[in-house]
Amino acid sequence: MRKTTKNNLITCGLVLVFFIVCGILSSAGIMGSKLSGLLIPIGIYTIMSISLNLTVGVLGELSLGHAGFMCVGAYVGGVFSILAQDTITVPWIRIIIAIVLGAIAAAVFGLIIGIPALRLRGDYLAIVTLGFGEIIKSLANNIYIVKDVNGIHFSFAAPATGTDAATAQDIFKGAQGIKAPQDTTLLLVVIVLMISLIIIMNIVDSNTGRACMAIRDNYIAAESMGINVTKFRLIAFVISAAIAGAAGVLYSHSLAVLAPKKFDYNFSILILVFVVLGGLGSMRGSVIATIILYALPELFRGLGDYRMLIYAIVLIFMMIFNNAPYFVALRQRIAALPIFEKFRTKKPKTAGGESK
Amino acid sequence: MMSFITYLVNGISLGSIYALIALGYTMVYGIAKMLNFAHGDIIMVGGFTIFTAMSTAWCPVWLSVIIGIIVCTVLGVLVEKVAYKPLRNAPPLAVLITAIGVSYLLQNVALLIFGSAAQSFTSIVKNVAPVTIGGVTVSMETVISIIVSVVIMICLTFFINKTKAGKAMLAVAEDKGAAELMGINVNSTISLTFAIGSALAAVASALLCSSYPQISPYTGSMPGIKAFVAAVFGGIGSIPGAMIGGILLGIIENLSKAYISSQLSDAIVFLVLIVVLIVKPTGIMGKKINEKV
Repeated sequence: MRKTTKNNLITCGLVLVFFIVCGILSSAGIMGSKLSGLLIPIGIYTIMSISLNLTVGVLGELSLGHAGFMCVGAYVGGVFSILAQDTITVPWIRIIIAIVLGAIAAAVFGLIIGIPALRLRGDYLAIVTLGFGEIIKSLANNIYIVKDVNGIHFSFAAPATGTDAATAQDIFKGAQGIKAPQDTTLLLVVIVLMISLIIIMNIVDSNTGRACMAIRDNYIAAESMGINVTKFRLIAFVISAAIAGAAGVLYSHSLAVLAPKKFDYNFSILILVFVVLGGLGSMRGSVIATIILYALPELFRGLGDYRMLIYAIVLIFMMIFNNAPYFVALRQRIAALPIFEKFRTKKPKTAGGESK
Repeated sequence: MMSFITYLVNGISLGSIYALIALGYTMVYGIAKMLNFAHGDIIMVGGFTIFTAMSTAWCPVWLSVIIGIIVCTVLGVLVEKVAYKPLRNAPPLAVLITAIGVSYLLQNVALLIFGSAAQSFTSIVKNVAPVTIGGVTVSMETVISIIVSVVIMICLTFFINKTKAGKAMLAVAEDKGAAELMGINVNSTISLTFAIGSALAAVASALLCSSYPQISPYTGSMPGIKAFVAAVFGGIGSIPGAMIGGILLGIIENLSKAYISSQLSDAIVFLVLIVVLIVKPTGIMGKKINEKV
């Protein structure tokens, strides 16, 4: 078996085992209701971080508006579900259609923003995606959709008027957001997570992924090798957006109320923290980091206040530790120490076990 | 017509504050080739320092502002030395993520000290009556913002073009290696740039918090991002560009707030950025740099 295939299988297996074990524990009642309630958000956040990892880790472009794509998916899927509530009564068919619609909508937005934005690189791209996230949030804050006997009323920037008060039903209420039916189940989250994971791993291990990594490592060299830089960047960006959209649909169907202000800059940064701490380009790292970093502060409530502070310090430290010349030299010196001599030819697994 | 002029003057006032912040971004970008995400939070730190100093009874306004400037300058240099200097030759993504980390650190420290609720900030020109010029009434804060910003911009232009340290900054921005060979101390020049940028941010914080009399740990992030938009608008790395971009952006924001929608003004500002980057990615005053292999 090829090494990458084996690695990918381990990652998928890890995710499956984690969710199956937790699922069994929670349905058996061994796990408290608080822990069980964390499983669905953990799954959704994991989908978000692997999709962001495709942009940041594999493509090497910092996207600070990932929450924007999630927002698009969440509201497109959510509005569909509310509208279709009477016609499609089977929840799982309804949410599958909602997920497909949400992913397509987010992909379209990814394409619209990607075509101009991907002409830019680095800092500019980061700011444009940040701006995009803010634009989506402000637009969502101003959308009002009301349904009554006369049909569906849509209005922008002011509550919809001319509606029949007796039968009016709010679908989208500006800054208050939507109340989508609670169709998200743990099984569905795990299925979407596995599909996203397999899609992303296949992309990374394909021509497209290799082209993206070549662009990441040296833009000019990749271009002179005949790689269509814009095309491959756009492919990766749009797929990443679509997966974020699907995660958004799951998210809006797992919360009682979802207001647009949830999808702010901090949300994008939180996902970025998961990706960076898990390791750029490593899907397994993203999965593990998300599970641990999401669950820990929720379990230890007292830690909650210091959570972002600790993340910030770790973020800075990780970057300096990995890139600063002093630390790079220090790591090499430590690796060259005589005590590590005998471990060097063996498998890396035993390299750190000098206590034994 | 009168209301239009009022909106315009207020826009220029807001724009000149943006310009002060944008100068910090553009100078640091020009010299260190990095986007200092934490710049917006330096404004917030400046605001809180002035707020705290002013709330102690013995401290007059001018002294509070000076304390704010000193704290921000020291903080800016410290951040550069601790977080950015080790990464000077690192990939841009690493530097950008570090800057985001610093921004988050400052925000969360402020959150732990002052709490997340917005507190009311006493204007630095409190109890001064609004000025009426030709039938248009503008508040003292607006007038002060414009005057202070213009004076600072003139001084900065002189400093950069006429003094030795200023010319050294231009040289380092142009070519770090060549500047070093000419005997310029690159490290201290970069520190000086961060110091000036942060001092300007402190002044901007005093003006900003007086015009919009509130302060919270998130005060700095939005103006910071908008000032970056202004810097890109004017052409990043260009000092006159940052001034023009800042003032234009302030006018655009205020007019769209007045005539289109107050809730959508942020979206419009970012739309401007996207349009600028599509049409002319180098900005108004920026020059195109060809990437060499």
